[in-house]
Amino acid sequence: MTAAADRFLALEGLTKDFGATRAVDGISLDLRRNEFFALLGPSGCGKSTLLRMLAGFEAPTEGRILLDGQDITALKPERRPLNLMFQSYALFPHMTVARNIAYGLEMERLAKPEIAARVDEIMAVTDLAPFADRKPDQLSGGQKQRVALARALVKRPRVLLLDEPLGALDRKLRERMQLELKRLQHEVGITFVIVTHDQEEALVMADRIAILRDGRLLQCGTPEDVYQRPADRFVANFIGTMNFVPGVIDAGARFTAPAIDLAAPGAPPGRAVLAIRPEDVALAEPGAGIPATLRDIAYHGLDRVLHVTLSACGTPLQLRIPARADLTPAVGGTLHIALPPDRCTFFPD
Amino acid sequence: MKPHRWAGRTILILVFGFLYLPIAVLVGLSFNASGLPTVWSGFTLQWYGALASNSDILGAASNTLIVAAFATLISTILGTLLALGLENRRRNGTVVEALVFAPMVIPDIVLAVGLLSFFSRLGLPLGLHTIVVSHVIFCLAFVCSIVRARLKHFDHSIVEASRDLGASGWTTFWRVTCPVLLPAIIAGALLAFTLSIDEFIIAFFTAGAGRSSITLPMQIYSMIRFGITPEINALATLVMGVSATALILSQWLNKDTLR
Amino acid sequence: MPAFLRRPDPRALPALLWLVLFMVVPCLLLFAYAFFERGTWGGIVYTFTLGNFARVFDPLYAGVFLTSARIAATATAIALLIAYPAAYAISRAPRRRQPILLFFAVLPFWSNYLIRTYAWIVLLNREGLINSLLTSAGYTGEPLSMLYTEGAVIVGLVYNYLPFVILAIYSSLSRLDPQLAEASRDLGAGPVRTFLRVTLPMTLPGVAAGGVFIFVLSIGNFVTPALLGGGRFQMIGNLVYDQFLTANDWPFGAALGMILILLMLLLLTIQARLTDRAAGTRPPAREEAA
Repeated sequence: MTAAADRFLALEGLTKDFGATRAVDGISLDLRRNEFFALLGPSGCGKSTLLRMLAGFEAPTEGRILLDGQDITALKPERRPLNLMFQSYALFPHMTVARNIAYGLEMERLAKPEIAARVDEIMAVTDLAPFADRKPDQLSGGQKQRVALARALVKRPRVLLLDEPLGALDRKLRERMQLELKRLQHEVGITFVIVTHDQEEALVMADRIAILRDGRLLQCGTPEDVYQRPADRFVANFIGTMNFVPGVIDAGARFTAPAIDLAAPGAPPGRAVLAIRPEDVALAEPGAGIPATLRDIAYHGLDRVLHVTLSACGTPLQLRIPARADLTPAVGGTLHIALPPDRCTFFPD
Repeated sequence: MKPHRWAGRTILILVFGFLYLPIAVLVGLSFNASGLPTVWSGFTLQWYGALASNSDILGAASNTLIVAAFATLISTILGTLLALGLENRRRNGTVVEALVFAPMVIPDIVLAVGLLSFFSRLGLPLGLHTIVVSHVIFCLAFVCSIVRARLKHFDHSIVEASRDLGASGWTTFWRVTCPVLLPAIIAGALLAFTLSIDEFIIAFFTAGAGRSSITLPMQIYSMIRFGITPEINALATLVMGVSATALILSQWLNKDTLR
Repeated sequence: MPAFLRRPDPRALPALLWLVLFMVVPCLLLFAYAFFERGTWGGIVYTFTLGNFARVFDPLYAGVFLTSARIAATATAIALLIAYPAAYAISRAPRRRQPILLFFAVLPFWSNYLIRTYAWIVLLNREGLINSLLTSAGYTGEPLSMLYTEGAVIVGLVYNYLPFVILAIYSSLSRLDPQLAEASRDLGAGPVRTFLRVTLPMTLPGVAAGGVFIFVLSIGNFVTPALLGGGRFQMIGNLVYDQFLTANDWPFGAALGMILILLMLLLLTIQARLTDRAAGTRPPAREEAA
């Protein structure tokens, strides 16, 4: 891939102040052409403000936005070749589905037959043809979501921005739409930038994820990157489930905590936490591992989550084991666990 | 549950009876050939015919319509703009809120004598124009309150969506904001129209002397003081009919807001 | 431009200026007139005096104030007693039917005040419908003199303002979370105690709003006393009317008008206090589904 394709949409030091509060703090990102990119973070992290700056509804206090090498920072929203799918869908309540979708094309002053053809085409792709003459209040949540998507896509934007697009849908529909969106993105070959607070959604859909907190970029990488190699303790905690065990790293790069002594290659000495995923914690033979008390067992169908506390220090820990695996102790009993060193990550405390 | 439901129904029947029976009697009598409240002597439209040949009533009716038309037009524009302007600020000052609320609660006799003093202090000749100016005061407050209620439910992201899809500010106003608000604006206009054609006290004080600026309510007032006549019944029925139609239409247009 | 007018959005300005020019300025003018003397031939002599306010305590006018207050208070009490059960019945009707019931309860309020008052002349006069119904029912005595009585004035006021009182009480009843009453029943209170301890206190703002409204408009009324009271029952409204149109004593009329405004402000303040005290009557905003 060429360097230009890697810098298809470039954010350079974007900063946004609302009065005394800094909502977005110097974010630089390079988005690739045809990439499915997620901006992930808890509410108030600045991800929506960042998206609104891309759409043109907020002017950055500092920084630039480049699309294919062109500076679009000062362009009005109606002149940007980017379209936004609103969180509330923002369908025009007084227009039918077809009129809603045609609206953006009418603004481009295209010929009537061309508008009709493109509207029909996009309604076919999004399964909306049967609802063409309905008003938004006669549609279900999922249908509204598809209309909002179709209305933005029909303009053939260079980039489609999606603000929490699945937030209003129930769980089952959301899971289906996640795959649907991904399929659609492949089909139309447009760069998608999605804003979400749902880490699972980001992991499932995105090619790359940027994790934001308090207006700052913490990490940007593929789902595997951010899950397996979180940049800091916040990311580790935010993405998936993570166990933390507090301890100390000595000058010889060994992590010690009560009943635990592990090699921590490359970690700086000082107070630290050990981070490990529940699925990476293993059960050990009695006498061989770290003793822990079983507090609770949660059945999840495919697997079970054991909630234990380490006997030596009382630190709570989760481990995920296959549902069929034998489990000898009952709740309240003692079992032994192992922390495979290659699965452990260490963060300064 | 049962006795509870029956009690509720009985109360409603009694209250609605109290509210509507006097009006029903009036309407019934307007079709009574004898013209008397006590003797029914057959159906007639003669009292309505009598109205049509009464030049005083026709003149008053035309004055009322002129006043109502101008008052409605001005108050709808000002009231809608006011609602949009107030909506744009998250917090309006207490003074501004009180100013907008006041026309709806101020005793009309006070506003009436205040306006009379004001106009005569300025040396302004009184007439239909001064009634229009006065009616706009409370009409715009009611238009504003109806449009504001609609704006509360207005999803502002559709304005941004329109910009995002390539429309300019003006196009957005004409193609999105205005059509969405239109039912509420028309509902407000209809209410303003009804309030203006029915308003008596302020018109009475700001119309000035002389027959040329007598409005229908003023005409009705002087007729009532003179005594009960079958023509009044017919006129009352017509006026109530116009008001009720405008109000039902207004409610129907605005039903989405109230839901 | 006054400071408070500089802040609003420019779109609000034309209407705000209209209100300042044609409502605030006339009221201020009235306020100023109230402190001047009346000229011998009417008109205003610009010498400062408090005499107009002192005249209010003249037994002649004090009597009018007392009559007005008595009539307005009676009308208010009767209207609240009718409106509360009516509003309660509407709020208990099936959800879909509530807006239409409410609309038809309020509809008369927006229509012509004179005509609604006139309807009662037709019903109450000596040759009117009620008397003739009594006669045909076998009553042989003198026709009842119902028109031109205090009772007729009160009936007219209640009739004209009842719709708004129903609306005010209904709007506070409809904001009430029905689970509160259920919780009270669940905790062992009977229906009567639940009503007295939970429902009524929480809907007091609506009662206050409706009550203030009808009281203020009744005490300042002049059409109803003129038509149904036959001019025998002077109320403050009639007094104001007379000062401006017959007695030609504008300063005194202005003072009376100011007293009406002050009374209204006082009652609105009390009502606002009541509403603040009952704050929290609204059900909490539903938590957004995350």
